[in-house]
Amino acid sequence: MSERIQRLREQSLNAINRISPERAVLVTEFYKSDIAESVSVPVKRALAFQYILANKKICINDGELIVGERGPAPKATPTYPEICLHSLEDLDTLDSRPKVSFKVDDETRRIYKDLVIPYWQGKTIREKLFSSVDSQWVDAYESGLFTEFLEQRAPGHTANGGKIYRKGMLDLKEDIRHSIEALDFFNDPHAYEKREELKAMDIVADAIIMFAGRHADALDQLAKKEKDGVRKREMEEMAAICRHIPAHSPRTFHEALQYYWFVHIGVITELNPWDSFNPGRLDQHLYPSYKNGLESGTLTEEWARELLQAFWIKFNNHPAPPKVGVTAAESGTYTDFALINLGGVKADGSDAVNDLTFLILDVIEEMRILQPSSMIQVSKKNPDRFIKRAAKIIRTGFGQPSVFNTDEIVQELVRQGKSLEDARNGGASGCVESGAFGTESYILTGYFNLVKIFEITLHNGVDPRTGKEIGIRTGDPTTFTTFDQLLQAFKKQENYFADIKVKGSNIIERLHADYLPVPFLSVLIDDCITKGIDYNAGGARYNTNYIQGVGLGSLTDILTSIKYNVFDKKNFTMGELMNALDANFQGYEKLRADLVYHTPKYGNDDDYADEQAVRIFDIFYDSVNGRPNTKGGVYRINMLPTTSHVYFGSVTLATPDGRKAHEPLSEGISPVQGADTKGPTAVVKSASKIDHIKTGGTLLNQKFSPHLLDSDDGISNLTSLIRSYFRLDGHHIQFNVVTAETLRDAQKHPEKYRDLIVRVAGYSDYFSDLGKELQDEIIRRTEQQSF
Amino acid sequence: MLQGKIFDIKRYALHDGPGIRQTVFFKGCPLRCWWCHNPESQSIKTEIITREMKLDGDSYYEDVPVGRLMTVDDVMAEVLKETVFYDESGGGVTFSGGEPLLQAEFLKALAAECRRDNIHTVLDTCGYANPETVDSVADLIDLFLFDIKLIDEERHREYAGASNRIILQNLRRLAANGHKIIIRFPVIPDITDTDENIAGLIGLLHSIPSMNEVDLLPYHSIANHKYLQFEMENKMKDAQPPSDERMNMLKEHFEQNGFSVKIGG
Repeated sequence: MSERIQRLREQSLNAINRISPERAVLVTEFYKSDIAESVSVPVKRALAFQYILANKKICINDGELIVGERGPAPKATPTYPEICLHSLEDLDTLDSRPKVSFKVDDETRRIYKDLVIPYWQGKTIREKLFSSVDSQWVDAYESGLFTEFLEQRAPGHTANGGKIYRKGMLDLKEDIRHSIEALDFFNDPHAYEKREELKAMDIVADAIIMFAGRHADALDQLAKKEKDGVRKREMEEMAAICRHIPAHSPRTFHEALQYYWFVHIGVITELNPWDSFNPGRLDQHLYPSYKNGLESGTLTEEWARELLQAFWIKFNNHPAPPKVGVTAAESGTYTDFALINLGGVKADGSDAVNDLTFLILDVIEEMRILQPSSMIQVSKKNPDRFIKRAAKIIRTGFGQPSVFNTDEIVQELVRQGKSLEDARNGGASGCVESGAFGTESYILTGYFNLVKIFEITLHNGVDPRTGKEIGIRTGDPTTFTTFDQLLQAFKKQENYFADIKVKGSNIIERLHADYLPVPFLSVLIDDCITKGIDYNAGGARYNTNYIQGVGLGSLTDILTSIKYNVFDKKNFTMGELMNALDANFQGYEKLRADLVYHTPKYGNDDDYADEQAVRIFDIFYDSVNGRPNTKGGVYRINMLPTTSHVYFGSVTLATPDGRKAHEPLSEGISPVQGADTKGPTAVVKSASKIDHIKTGGTLLNQKFSPHLLDSDDGISNLTSLIRSYFRLDGHHIQFNVVTAETLRDAQKHPEKYRDLIVRVAGYSDYFSDLGKELQDEIIRRTEQQSF
Repeated sequence: MLQGKIFDIKRYALHDGPGIRQTVFFKGCPLRCWWCHNPESQSIKTEIITREMKLDGDSYYEDVPVGRLMTVDDVMAEVLKETVFYDESGGGVTFSGGEPLLQAEFLKALAAECRRDNIHTVLDTCGYANPETVDSVADLIDLFLFDIKLIDEERHREYAGASNRIILQNLRRLAANGHKIIIRFPVIPDITDTDENIAGLIGLLHSIPSMNEVDLLPYHSIANHKYLQFEMENKMKDAQPPSDERMNMLKEHFEQNGFSVKIGG
């Protein structure tokens, strides 16, 4: 690592998170202006974007090679009052909370009090949302049956395709002009809306060119003052780059990286979409300019490495925008998941691994920073040496890269109706979510607490935590004579809540489409320009809404426990079990020990337990898959929790698998923490019994002691384990390589482990930034031992 | 119906032969090595032990049997669950123990079943069995992990509880018949790890053509708690594992003598 990169990396690691009022001030000023009152909504959004980019502070950090910050400085994080408004109390909470705090200075507080809060109160999407949904939705939401992604962030969750590397913004403006010219006002009743949307797209394309130009000007100014000749020339070159892109398509590796970065800043300045923005298939997009540069002698491998490292640091400068209210509990930590994809297949289906793939793996290993996150796509066509190279990074224990099954993802996407080529150009973004990059809007709508739904079934429609009747009456389970009766009751209850969730989402996504269109994101994602329709309103080629099932492992063990203990072995009655749950197992310790130690569990390749996982999966799938959304697409399921399994556990009382009240649920499709005792092959077998291809992503977490991977044989065996899981159509697997002792020590002495990164759930985070509960859980997760 | 006494079946076994394997542990062993790390495997009888389960700081105790009778179908049902991993990794099944050759009929039936299903088989053996028994199984085994502990017969008697004459005889015959063999040498400080014993071992291996792979298994004290649990005499309770330096030195020494060497197998 060069001295420059070391310095920039240290700076980024040491920069303190702050709330920057800059964006809130600019957007408020613009919304108060006369012009904002006189134009259509899309144009208003476009002009707001332009106003922010024209007036925000330009930040160029010392020694930087890639420029552009969302705030006035690294980790100065803006807010998005159009969506959700921070109260003064929220700002205090952010400032003082022990984990991942955001400093708030007095000036910011004053600006919020005098300008931002008075203007936006009553106008935010969040307030509109809560007044638009019905009372059943609110009841279920407050009981912790589901979360709502779009309550504090914009629809996003999208990854960049290859378009920007072929087309500059001037080319895209041409495309926009063609679309406007093609509008048929005689026959298309939506022609006016389309023209306004396209005008908005045209404005934002100009705005990003202007924003790059401001950087060019600033670089020229700095270059004039610079005494170091090398740096002076560097800045002159960077200024030239900022004048060429994003107006024109990139000609060099450096231009390609800088172009992407301006686009990234554009997307996360326009709004705060879920998971910021994702560079997608970086080793594919950059390969042509990398290869040309090397061949023409204008680029060296070393310079490419340094540019990539500089690019990596830019991501790390941008924490996820902090939330408001109690939602902090839903997501214990804040990182955006810009998941860089490596490997996989090309559009023609051939092996996509190239020299740049390996160079980027080197960069990931050397940089060891939280953002961007990274993953490898593994196709049966990729060579083993690719997996083995990645495994050597995995074993260093920083949780990256995670591992995905390309062939399975392509099958998922094609099953959903994507073209084979679009599917092969896709991958996974966020935690584990499959998507067609550059052509799909795939919106996560919320986590769905399957365990809580079962708890309400056990109480005939009542939430035992609050005593409130929020479900439907599906019968008193103590009167059930067969296991199937219980399962049918759960199915009815689950269908009821799935209906509520879908109804709510169909309202909420219209709010975003009507009030907060995103013309800049729409310029980037096909076919918004061709259709003249915004990304939030169905402009993308494919439009999918996902509901994320949470607690599969826990609910499998719960159903298995009841089937085994109550119906098959008749160890105790349902009534006795309910009494034990009501008492949170106090006075029932022996019964609980039997539930924990003498009852079959998911994760051990035992069909008796695993068949319940399949049943739950099918019930969930049938209630969601294929229902229409408001954008011409459909709802689908995936199985991932981020950190919601902790929140969902906190609102769920004791459960029949021996879990005590308020403890976390299982995460993803992983077994309950500690329930898998037969090793990783058994876990992989259990996890592959559900049909991954019917989902849009599943998450399987495996904790590995480093000693399992310290030899070449260990690396080979890990490679085989991955290949085997993928032969069984597993979607994703990730490895936490660390010892429990290390983690316990880190819990006691966080100061000694500032750089300790662990896999949380589909992403990595600093261990010391996690709450104690989450830390405990990671320690508990079965450590796979081998003697 | 033919049954065998099995005390454990371990999935994702990585150190009992090539690839990802499932290891089937047979109960009962003719030797009594001081350093045995599976002391519960020594007797062919099923023993009952009391196991402690901890939950929230409370302890619960239960009696569990060590060793259970299984049919060939019972074992194969477990073995076949892992086929995909054997296929991907070049792994298979390892018969270990205890000493599988003590239950030769059962071993033969299992190995034959694996052969039918095209599953790679490894026999991890101390080599102490009568030659006819060894011959009757040998053709169904793809790879032998053959333990050689001590070359001196008297010392073998003292530390392993029996003469090594038949063991060495079996090794020579298996090699002569063209079976693939990896030697496993437990490195026990001051017992097997002496200059004289190592020189003797290398001399022996040089005298047998095709002996070129050696796994060095460092002693570890992982079994100490088992000796307590089974109320067995632990003659090694104060012994220390060999240092990493010592293991690397030995590795180098065997390599210089023409062997390909792995530490830990």
